[in-house]
Amino acid sequence: MKNEKARADGGQKSRQIRWLKFLNSLKESMPSIFSVGGVIVFWEILVRFFEIPSYILPSPSESVLAIVQYWSAIKSNMLTTLYEIGVGFGATVIISIPIATLISYSRVFEKTLYPFMVFLQLIPKVAIGPLFVVWFGFGSMPKILMVFLLSFFPLLMDTVAGLKSLNGRLYYMARTMSESEWKFYWKIKLPNALPSIFSGLKTSISMATVGAVVAEFLGSDSGLGYLLLRANGDINTKLLFAILIVLCLMGMVFFEIVELAERKLIPWHVSQRVTDKKAR
Amino acid sequence: MLRFEHIGMKYKTLTGYTEALIDVNFDINDGEFVTVLGPSGCGKSTFLFIGTGLTQPTSGKVLLDGKEITKPVKEVGFVFQDHLLLEWRTVLNNIMIQGEFRNLDKNITKVKAMELIRQVGLEGFENKYPWELSGGMQQRVSICRALVHEPQLLMMDEPYGALDALTREQMRVDLEKMWMQKKNTILFVTHDIDEAILLADKVVILTPRPGRVKEIVPVDLPRPRNMAVKESGEFLALRKRITEIFTEMGILNED
Ligand SMILES: Nc1ncnc2c1ncn2[C@@H]1O[C@H](COP(=O)(O)OP(=O)(O)OP(=O)(O)O)[C@@H](O)[C@H]1O
Ligand SMILES: [Mg+2]
Repeated sequence: MKNEKARADGGQKSRQIRWLKFLNSLKESMPSIFSVGGVIVFWEILVRFFEIPSYILPSPSESVLAIVQYWSAIKSNMLTTLYEIGVGFGATVIISIPIATLISYSRVFEKTLYPFMVFLQLIPKVAIGPLFVVWFGFGSMPKILMVFLLSFFPLLMDTVAGLKSLNGRLYYMARTMSESEWKFYWKIKLPNALPSIFSGLKTSISMATVGAVVAEFLGSDSGLGYLLLRANGDINTKLLFAILIVLCLMGMVFFEIVELAERKLIPWHVSQRVTDKKAR
Repeated sequence: MLRFEHIGMKYKTLTGYTEALIDVNFDINDGEFVTVLGPSGCGKSTFLFIGTGLTQPTSGKVLLDGKEITKPVKEVGFVFQDHLLLEWRTVLNNIMIQGEFRNLDKNITKVKAMELIRQVGLEGFENKYPWELSGGMQQRVSICRALVHEPQLLMMDEPYGALDALTREQMRVDLEKMWMQKKNTILFVTHDIDEAILLADKVVILTPRPGRVKEIVPVDLPRPRNMAVKESGEFLALRKRITEIFTEMGILNED
């Protein structure tokens, strides 16, 4: 009985804390809410006041309504794009971390790979897009490849930097305890690189979205990029803006997922990060 | 027994070489407590790295029980000068990593770790992260990590550098007590002349860089060395002698 009461109190307390945290984060994001809200209101007023036709510039409210209006088209094409991003970005994560590991261990390997990395980094990916269409047709393959190409390098570079930025004395410390290179990598080198890896993931996931849309532009029969081109061709500017909003929201959700994983995996780093408040 | 034979160490630098050690010779017997005194930059840390096979000397060799050391020695506990705690691990888990790397029984290691945490006065901090601790507290955690597997050989590189005088005294007394029980071999680097005398069976004094052995001073004070010892004539005489050696080397100036 007493126990139950205690638990109930505990529950209430944690709910209270959560509520306070929510209010606090609301307070923190007030400036953003006002600036973004202000721009939206200004845009709405501008369009209405000057009676700008919606094929030139639809108002925010029209654009949002267009999302509802065209939802079934948007949804099915969004699933295509999500699939391409998912597979391409997944490949990036799975492939770049092991390659970064090899680079961090072997100078020969690094030197061997380096020319290709520079070459692939410098080449305008959009320019080779049409080639992908020739090679792989209109299916999802060329899109996945483009997503991969664009998102691969940011993650690779940051992971290499993270793996290399290790206090050399930590290697000494590990050596006094065990010869196992694997233990050193798994328990010291990799966790030490996680903050860098996460900053790479954030750049990478933004590039992934860009890659998917660009590849769809270059030749496809579905996906948000394809729908965007169609809307443009039909001078359906409302739909075009609706798609842009959806793309932005998608990007924000991806980013948030990475940030969430970051908070869960490396709380020591997140909580130590110099916040604006501390720095001031 | 750990024997250093004609150890020389030259570090390659961008502009040439830094000679850290020249022809260092001496022995540490099993169960002996040896302290190393020397001015900053004379090669004390380098010396400990060489003594455990972490760095290979550019000349001479180190023998552990008659066998030349060619790779890192495992039967060692090493307190590094910079605490080297892992920021993603709590105090307890920073100590436990010793057991994880050595595949020791987790439960036993944990019991020992908790006992050490208590001894160094960090009870209640076992689940804190390194950045939540003061420099002195971090240093104490790093000492626990070096002791938790009860190594036969213990290398301590200025382990009390970040501690206040009182904690330092307490840690010294505790270390002596532990050593008197376990009789492990300890090589202890310090800047503090009193500390060097009070802990040691013998004090090795190094010259300014490049470091050579200036003198080895045997210390024959009765143990455990308490406050009374600090006021004894023998202690004061030893301190005077070592201070004179430093003055002679031009490290201490009296005016
Ligand atoms: N990795 C290195 N590369 C080049 N030079 C080095 C390296 N490590 C140490 N040295 C040089 O060797 C000399 C001895 O360094 P060491 O760290 O052993 O000194 P120390 O006696 O431990 O000094 P302190 O008391 O300040 O810790 C120094 O002059 C230093 O500049
Ligand atoms: Mg040193």
